[in-house]
Amino acid sequence: MSESASEAAVGLARRWLLPRSVLSGILCVLAAFAIGALLIAAIGRDPVLAYLSLFEASLGSTNGLAETAIRTVPLAFCGIGIALAFRAGVFNVGAEGQLFIGGVAAAWMGLQLGGQPQWLVLPAMGLAAAVAGAGWSAIAGVLKLRFRADELITTIMLNYIAIYFVGYLLHGPLQDPGSPLARTARLATEARLPMLLEGTRLHAGLLLVVVVAIVAQVFLWRSVAGFRLRAVGHNARAAENTGMNVKAALWTGFLICGALSGLAGFSEVAGVQRRMIENLSPGFGYTAIIVALLGQTNPLGVLAAAVLFAALQIGSTTMESAAGVPSALTTVIQALVVLLLIGQNALPRLFRRRAVAGS
Amino acid sequence: MSQLNEAAAAVARRNIRVAFGPVVANDDVSFAVEPGEIHALLGENGAGKTTLMRALAGLLQPQAGSIEIGGQPVVIDGPLEARRLGIGMVHQHFMLVPTLTVAENIALGLREVRTWFPRLDQLADEIDALGARYGLAVNARALAGELSVASQQRVEIVKALYRGAKILVLDEPTAVLTPQEAAALFPVLRSLAAAGTAIVFISHKLNEVMAVTDRITVLRRGKVAGSLRTAETEPREIARLMVGGEVTLPQLEGMPTPGRPLLEVDRLGLTDARGVRRLEAVSLSVGAGEIVAVAGVDGNGQQELAEAIVGLQRPDTGRVLIDGVEMTNRPVAEGIAAGLAHIPEDRHRTAIFERMSVTDNAVAEEAGRPRFARWGMRRRGETQAFAAQLVADYDVRLGSVEQAIGSLSGGNQQKVVLGRALSRDPRLLVAVQPTRGLDIGATAFLQSQLLQRRAAGAAVLLISTELDEVLALADRIVVLFKGRVTGVVARADFSVEQLGLLMAGRTA
Repeated sequence: MSESASEAAVGLARRWLLPRSVLSGILCVLAAFAIGALLIAAIGRDPVLAYLSLFEASLGSTNGLAETAIRTVPLAFCGIGIALAFRAGVFNVGAEGQLFIGGVAAAWMGLQLGGQPQWLVLPAMGLAAAVAGAGWSAIAGVLKLRFRADELITTIMLNYIAIYFVGYLLHGPLQDPGSPLARTARLATEARLPMLLEGTRLHAGLLLVVVVAIVAQVFLWRSVAGFRLRAVGHNARAAENTGMNVKAALWTGFLICGALSGLAGFSEVAGVQRRMIENLSPGFGYTAIIVALLGQTNPLGVLAAAVLFAALQIGSTTMESAAGVPSALTTVIQALVVLLLIGQNALPRLFRRRAVAGS
Repeated sequence: MSQLNEAAAAVARRNIRVAFGPVVANDDVSFAVEPGEIHALLGENGAGKTTLMRALAGLLQPQAGSIEIGGQPVVIDGPLEARRLGIGMVHQHFMLVPTLTVAENIALGLREVRTWFPRLDQLADEIDALGARYGLAVNARALAGELSVASQQRVEIVKALYRGAKILVLDEPTAVLTPQEAAALFPVLRSLAAAGTAIVFISHKLNEVMAVTDRITVLRRGKVAGSLRTAETEPREIARLMVGGEVTLPQLEGMPTPGRPLLEVDRLGLTDARGVRRLEAVSLSVGAGEIVAVAGVDGNGQQELAEAIVGLQRPDTGRVLIDGVEMTNRPVAEGIAAGLAHIPEDRHRTAIFERMSVTDNAVAEEAGRPRFARWGMRRRGETQAFAAQLVADYDVRLGSVEQAIGSLSGGNQQKVVLGRALSRDPRLLVAVQPTRGLDIGATAFLQSQLLQRRAAGAAVLLISTELDEVLALADRIVVLFKGRVTGVVARADFSVEQLGLLMAGRTA
């Protein structure tokens, strides 16, 4: 039948070329930039110049690309973790705290294993960061599954506890003995991620996060565990009725998010800072929530969204100096993306009345 | 059907077409209702009844065709416009706020009762008077949440009338009522019609349609299969039009040959989250090759009993044994592994993942079995082939097995749920209201599947509030009232009178 053949063709196109979710994400970003352009014009600056300088700085040179890639790493790690948690119906917004805990654990492990070979030190640091991040997330998991405390609240509160706890460690037991600053001692060469590109700061964390994104994508859409995770996120009661282990899926959501956010801390410590510092993250864990949403909670989509947001942040200072547009505008654009993403679900209801086929 | 004087028609619909992607729900449908007429809209699942009415209520727009009211073409672009035109809908699922009184519910969204200080007392009096005029007993000052299902339905009708409905659309109004309550609804509809209201009565139950309507329009697969005067037809002819052939509901035949008990429930007690005692010392057993029905008025512990057996709720006393093995408070997965299948009452909440595909829903219970997974990864080909087979075996009507199950009609969703349960060849089937909301064709199909399970030596626990169904299918009937067993009746001793008494709480 030609009709079913054409249907299949449309389905294929939808699936592989431009699924509606991807299209809507792109539209949201474009609309956010358009509104941003209006704002730039409103303060009497040139939007074209501003955007050109923004992307020139972040994507137009080897160094700019490297800086964008560096910033992509923590955003994507946290974003993918958050996306998988959201898929399970776990609204874990504690990536920021999990990142800090992971970072400090990685630094501690790196300092403990000083002098050991790199092939041992780096995996040990990564493992320590993932376990510590997951453990931190597990606190919220226990609070939810034992005491029914909403993870939206507890994970945010745990963020503050984590950051202050790390501050205590850096002022106290883990402080660099030779420095008055709140930071650990510098990591040895063996405890640093290899550099990828001569003359830039780009580190191997990028490769790791790309691998993680691919594995997460396959896990979510091809594995049985990923299927169950999504099913629980859609309808936990029906999942239980079909014999799925709801608690296991929720735990998966908590632990994966914690582990990946912990890895974000690890890659910042081992790849960028080379020690644990107090201001390890300028809010990566929070921006990653938007990144996860813009990526439609699809790991590969999240990776793409992370690149975009990284580019925005990297280019913002250049935009300020070149076009006279405050760098805070990129924050506005990020916020607009959130609002448009949320709003787009309301739009079809306003303009089109459609319903599912009834009997 | 256009022999009718359509200028006088309260509402006429011509050549309506509604399509959802590849599925055409309504294709060139026309029909007309006159003032004072009760007009049945009859059809199988997915025949397009609800779709047609949603277009009339302004909830969706037809792609082609026109709607006329009182001879004037109208565009109904929303529920407010529908209300302005005098169209009142009574949905299958009532839309009352449980914490408000009846009068407050009716006042919601009504400008006439004033925005800031609604004249609720006066409104309540008017509602009581309106109810009394048509024999619709409602207490306007009662809390909506405390009303029985039947009274909530009466409130919905009064609400529509109070808002000036000249055209009343009832979507499967008897689906939620006991036979007695349904019988009480019909005189109300008659008196409304006598007062000049045009009534559209959507149903799939032939006897009701014969009892209460003046005209019948039969829909089949989105098209009008026939339009008849009720007085000039007979159930057999209508049934033929509905399904395009002869259908008779299956009936249990042959003496029971119960084997060893596959399900034993021993003095089960259960208290719900709000501290209400839902089950008290319920004991029953179902043998291999036996159908045991649990009868009772809705809400007397049936759902709790099923969910305690399956493992969704935790009983605090008593035991559940499956084939002699202790299964009390075990995870659902263990029951499934032991050959237990569950068709839950609340499909949307408990059985399906609306936004996931038909394929995913079909394999949800078995996604991890070697047949559908290798090394923890799903086998796409096997999974889709299984779903395609299920769709063919159980006559599920859809565009593609990859479409979201939520986009199917209720009956087709239920067929997927049934297929999922039966394809595992279960030894023990717990079916709760499995035919609720289904049409004759689907009901007959589902019931025959239950009988087939029995013949194949499975144990079937059928929990149903439909007495006809219970009488036709059960080897034994256990009657539940307020969480207690008030009687157990063997097939040879079935009598409607006695069951009625037991259902009302009189112990035998």
